[in-house]
Amino acid sequence: MSTQNLHMYRRPEALLNVRTHYCAGCGHGIIHKLFAEALGELNIREETIVVAPVGCSVLLYNYINVDGLEAAHGRTPAVATGVKRAQPNRIVVSYQGDGDLLAIGTGETLHAANRGENITVIFVNNANYGMTGGQMAPTTLVDQRTLTSPKGRNPQETGYPIRACELLSTLEAPAYIERVSLHNPGAVKKTKKAIVKALQYQKEGRGYSFVEILSMCPTNWGIEPAAGADWIKTSMVPWFPHKVFRDRPAEAAAAGGKAS
Amino acid sequence: MTEYKLMKGNEAMAEAALIAGCRYYYAYPITPQNEVVAYMAKNMPRVNGTFIQAESELAAASMVMGSAASGGRAMTSSSSPGITLKQESISYMAGAELPCVIANIMRGGPGLGGIAGAQGDYFQATRGGGHGDYRTIVLAPDNAQELADFTVEAFDLADEYRTPVIILADGYLGQMSEPVVLPKPTGKTFEKPWAVTGAKDRKQNIIVSLLLHPENVLELHNLHLQEKYERITQKIRRYETYKTEDADWLLAAYGTSARIAQKAVDKLREDGIKAGLFRPTCLWPFPDRELAECASHCTRLLTVEMSHGQMVEDVKLAVNGAIEVDFYGRAGGALPTVKDIIARIKNYEHSEFTHVQAS
Amino acid sequence: MNYPTEEIIIAGFGGQGILLAGRLLCVAAMRQGRQVSHIPSYGAEMRGGTANCSVVLSAERIASPVIDMATAVIALNGPSVAKFEPRVRPGGILIWNSSLCKKILPERTDIQSIAIPATELSLTEGTERAANMAAIGALMALKPKLMTENHFSAALDEVVSERNRRYNPVNLRIMQAGYEAALAIIKKN
Repeated sequence: MSTQNLHMYRRPEALLNVRTHYCAGCGHGIIHKLFAEALGELNIREETIVVAPVGCSVLLYNYINVDGLEAAHGRTPAVATGVKRAQPNRIVVSYQGDGDLLAIGTGETLHAANRGENITVIFVNNANYGMTGGQMAPTTLVDQRTLTSPKGRNPQETGYPIRACELLSTLEAPAYIERVSLHNPGAVKKTKKAIVKALQYQKEGRGYSFVEILSMCPTNWGIEPAAGADWIKTSMVPWFPHKVFRDRPAEAAAAGGKAS
Repeated sequence: MTEYKLMKGNEAMAEAALIAGCRYYYAYPITPQNEVVAYMAKNMPRVNGTFIQAESELAAASMVMGSAASGGRAMTSSSSPGITLKQESISYMAGAELPCVIANIMRGGPGLGGIAGAQGDYFQATRGGGHGDYRTIVLAPDNAQELADFTVEAFDLADEYRTPVIILADGYLGQMSEPVVLPKPTGKTFEKPWAVTGAKDRKQNIIVSLLLHPENVLELHNLHLQEKYERITQKIRRYETYKTEDADWLLAAYGTSARIAQKAVDKLREDGIKAGLFRPTCLWPFPDRELAECASHCTRLLTVEMSHGQMVEDVKLAVNGAIEVDFYGRAGGALPTVKDIIARIKNYEHSEFTHVQAS
Repeated sequence: MNYPTEEIIIAGFGGQGILLAGRLLCVAAMRQGRQVSHIPSYGAEMRGGTANCSVVLSAERIASPVIDMATAVIALNGPSVAKFEPRVRPGGILIWNSSLCKKILPERTDIQSIAIPATELSLTEGTERAANMAAIGALMALKPKLMTENHFSAALDEVVSERNRRYNPVNLRIMQAGYEAALAIIKKN
């Protein structure tokens, strides 16, 4: 094994050296690591404040060595707003799951985005409520079985999975909206780039940035840990396509480039 | 020269918050406290503060939590139905020990109720209000001047004890204009080393109310909170007495009810009937020992409220059976009347007199 | 000096300066060291186009800002006469705007009913918006202890926004016209 490889897999400075409480094959660990790497690359660990949601990632601050606080379920973007308005020169990250973001906190999600709050929302979409044992989420796929959709999600009764990025893209204010996923190493690399870009934009004061990450929850999906990545690819990606929905800074740069 | 201004209670409170250094105010409109929201929208820019008309009461109270956790002086206000929604964050902030000020300009309930002033939220305010085992300091002004003065004090109390403080007033007090001398800042400052400001050159600060492991941590945290509440109870004893020294008949009332009760005391005294008024200006902690002391030489006590009997329970706990406690209340936006109070007391006087005759 | 407690209701429709008239009474009394309270009708009623406020002026601490039976009512339109005439205490005063009350007329005989063509008096100065000033003038004639003309002018400067303060000389003249009109009625009776 070369020293180069060892270097590549070194624990990022912002990631605390603790045992994980997440299940085998869970996507949160990967996302925490990417987030910690991004904090290091942008050198913003000391100025970052995370707002943890209610959900599996409620203990986020046990893994990332930054100041953190915890919101009531769904109020994460509102708490983040309060922090950011009080400390405009800090990096504020609202880390949320699908229930937090799209069910109990839909109002907060929409309005923080609509105000163009200069915060970054990291949205972990794993198509179910993980922490409470696998109930139906707003993003649960059609026919997907959960504790509360035992026969599979029936759209006649419970509607279709909500697409957060598409919804937020109807708003004028957001600066950056992208959907990425963790289904293979290439996708993970893109996810990292998206997180870095979102935080970079916040640092530059560009406004609201939103990264949706399709993530695996093999425990509640009832599959082997190793099969999680494939399930994202085959089941989730067709409904939740990867896409940059909005990139105002890049669009502005491109327009500026043409003009000159 | 004293500079009186004619100000609405709501506006006096809002300006006092700015004087106290409140720089973060988040709210959702609801009658009869809309003037606070409008005043903050207009005047926060003057002090380089932040005003957001939030998407909901839930969000407004959560924004307060974010700014309080950042070390700022933050406030929200609402009226009864909106305060119910804010209970979520109030419980979280009590648990996470975040200082903030929440004003409830009460209206009649239950449900959407009406828009006229009432005092039906006494239980909610003094028993914690949200889920879990906690209390909040509850200040009870009875005029525009006190709305202003108590607001300035509320921010200091919140910071001193790291706890949400409730200002409990009713719609009449919020809507009424009265002469006000704006208070001065107290000048007190509070260090907030616990605030989440970025983990630079120190360990990370974490502000949570979730305590899962190890098993006894949550119990220890609750014991810590109870110890704090005990300290608050020892320290904060706020009340006013009016002509109680020689009173045979004691009235107990707060807020607008107390103003009416005080007038009844004057009228009764004109008729040679010795009535007095005990007015708590803080409802939690309740000045129980002081009330009991005050009541010890009285024959009977009448609690007057704009509800169907809430504070009366604390009054009964305070006197602990030493004397009879009676209740008179109007609710749903109606006001107790001086006439009705006088009739009650005269009735007591009459029955006492006939009793003596018979024996 | 002995100041009797005054409980005054002012009513009319939106745009007639109902709340401002109430605040003016309060500020004038406040500057003379009296206790005052002013409470508007608020909520849905306000948005329905009618407005009223209750003003209490007293040497003593004011118990309730809400008035049951008023010592005086100023009614600047017909609906206000209908609504608030019953709320005048026996022996109390009703000042009503005869310019706008053509169909609904006061009926009680146990009160002092003073008809002031408040809107017309206002229009002689080229505005219909200062009927409130004429009514205040009438009240000052009927209740001399309330305030002097100097108190009135000082209070007016305090309650009128900076933008509208240039109209205060006009307001003063309309107040004086209302005062004279009421005085003429008192003398006649």
